[in-house]
Amino acid sequence: MTAAVFFGCTFIAFGPAISLFLFTIAREPLRVIFLIAGAFFWLVSLLLASLVWFISVQISNKESVSQQKGLLIFGVVLSVLLQETFRFAYYKLLKKANEGLLALSQEETMPISIRQLAYVSGLGFGFMSGAFSVVNILADSVGPGTVGIHGDSQHYFLSSAFMTMAIILLHMFWGVIFFDGCEKQRWLAVAAVVVSHLVVSCLTFQNPQYISSLVPTYIIILDGIWAFYTAGGSLRNLKLCLTCKDKDFLLANHRPR
Amino acid sequence: MVNNAEDVENNMDQQQANTSPEPIQQPQEAPVTRVRSRGGSGAGAGDGGGCDSGGGNGTSPEQNGQPPAAHPARVVETEEEEDEEMTLKYGAKHVIMLFVPVTLCMVVVVATIKSVSFYTKNDGHRLIYTPFPEETDTVAQRAVNSILNATIMITVIIVMTLVLVLLYKYRCYKVIQGWLFLSSLLLLFFFSFMYLQEVFKTYNVAMDYFTLAIVVWNFGVVGMICIHWKGPLRLQQAYLIMISALMALVFIKYLPEWTAWLILAVISVYDLLAVLCPKGPLRILVETAQERNEPIFPALIYSSTMVWLVNMADTDRPKRNSTEAAPPQQQTQESVESPAPSSPSQDDGGFTSSWISQQQHRLGPLQSTEETRREIQQMPSARPPLEDDDEERGVKLGLGDFIFYSMLVGKASATASGDWNTTLACFVAILIGLCLTLLLLAIFRKALPALPISIFFGLVFYFATDNLVRPFMDKLALHQFYI
Repeated sequence: MTAAVFFGCTFIAFGPAISLFLFTIAREPLRVIFLIAGAFFWLVSLLLASLVWFISVQISNKESVSQQKGLLIFGVVLSVLLQETFRFAYYKLLKKANEGLLALSQEETMPISIRQLAYVSGLGFGFMSGAFSVVNILADSVGPGTVGIHGDSQHYFLSSAFMTMAIILLHMFWGVIFFDGCEKQRWLAVAAVVVSHLVVSCLTFQNPQYISSLVPTYIIILDGIWAFYTAGGSLRNLKLCLTCKDKDFLLANHRPR
Repeated sequence: MVNNAEDVENNMDQQQANTSPEPIQQPQEAPVTRVRSRGGSGAGAGDGGGCDSGGGNGTSPEQNGQPPAAHPARVVETEEEEDEEMTLKYGAKHVIMLFVPVTLCMVVVVATIKSVSFYTKNDGHRLIYTPFPEETDTVAQRAVNSILNATIMITVIIVMTLVLVLLYKYRCYKVIQGWLFLSSLLLLFFFSFMYLQEVFKTYNVAMDYFTLAIVVWNFGVVGMICIHWKGPLRLQQAYLIMISALMALVFIKYLPEWTAWLILAVISVYDLLAVLCPKGPLRILVETAQERNEPIFPALIYSSTMVWLVNMADTDRPKRNSTEAAPPQQQTQESVESPAPSSPSQDDGGFTSSWISQQQHRLGPLQSTEETRREIQQMPSARPPLEDDDEERGVKLGLGDFIFYSMLVGKASATASGDWNTTLACFVAILIGLCLTLLLLAIFRKALPALPISIFFGLVFYFATDNLVRPFMDKLALHQFYI
């Protein structure tokens, strides 16, 4: 419960996301705007889910612990489904906006491609989701206290930070796969994203036993490989990129893909 | 752009100025000083105080010595296409140019609220504008008190705005300038002194009065110079952000809770009415300023590019980005033009006899004299619109908007029990509201109120997050469930 814990957990949770933001998004105003819009959509979905949960709690029996837990689980599942619905809604909105802009500008290429939008919106969802999950915990970690003094797990902060990092990265991967699935009408990919999200959330139900929740979550991060292939990557591309021989990559700043 | 006088509350020495929310608007060039032409020499007169936005002026670039009849349609078309794309790209750039200062202001306010407890402590002091206390016995009484407080505050704001508009209309510029001068003096010296004091108290920094006096004096004087006269753009922007943050902090401290929310709601409605209704004071202000081709007082507007001063002479070379471009261009232009009308005896220069006869046939016999040649040389030749034209054309946002946005987020972080979630939600909501407002600005191209959409979203998200999302997220965090 010191500055070390605070900074450590902050960097674990947000490090990859912030570096992605700084290196790929911060310079392009359009991408920043779509990132914030993505965060907004996630927020609205959370609002709706909380509304439903709140109403259901008010009409339920507040004494019974098991009922409350059941309602909470229901809330989580509903929230996941709503998030994915809003991801789809954002996709539709972006398609319409892009088409409108294309028609207006009579240009051959759009200023921002749907793949970039997929990445940016996924990251926006991830940022907001991670922030809402972990910022209060981080704020508490600066203050005095002893972790787990009542018998809870001592690794609360660390596990929260790792879980948040996983969720942010996963949202980004899911965004890419989801949008690609919607573009190519491959509803199996879309369903896989929804199922994957549900699995990750449900894994956290076991949470003080971090082995059974964190480890599978990190295995699900292998979704990232699927997202990589969906976004057009391949082993060859990777090799060219890493050896700085890929001309497309080197010129990436000058051309929308 | 419209000016707002700032509201400076001080329950100690009765001095007041008024803040009204300001519409944001695309920059209005003082055409007198518009040295660089967008391919049209008549641009100065043509702009005539209109809001010039990403598009062409509609005048096709003038061509030296050639009849423009053949080309205008196509030129205007390509200009329009370029306009749309540039509008999109530069529209996004303008949005970011406003996101950054708004974010900075909010960050300063939230950081101060979270660390310096002075601004959240209730000393029982109130402003003279909000005399009714909110610590009452019944909820009904509290509601009534807050409504009364909000009414008084809004009335004061409306009266002040009307006074300002009247003064502007009857050209009492000295009075307005004196008023603004005094209010920024108060902000830069007194409020920043108070702020520093509280920060030192919080961090237990011992500082003697002499050092403090030197620091505050320098801060204040440089601020006054930057805001009311000339200064580096970034410094001016930084000062404007700082005084907005200071003002927001004062509001957060001295306005009781329900009053603050009510005032925010009512002032958005007022902003909407004042800017959009034909008889609204702010609209009158904007239109008067446009008629007179004057920029509205730079002390109250945050501008993302250099503000064009009315009396900027051509002879002195100020370090403004855009005017730098102009003189070299005219010089290169002249140097490019001069080889062309060389003496036809030595070298046709392509002016073959058939071409000459064709010209004479079309335009009648031409006789170029010294004077006509010089005149033509001085006309700008056809060239594509300058790349950095739109970058120079920034966006302006009134300081009142900064103040109220920061006030909302600061109040959210001060009073919400959901802490950071609520603050984050309000922050994102305000940014999205600003984005939508700028989108509308790009579509409608006239002064628009910047408060309503953002404040509406901010309020909705504040109350929703505080009452609905917070218990949900708390429960989730307790069990460490992730959604």
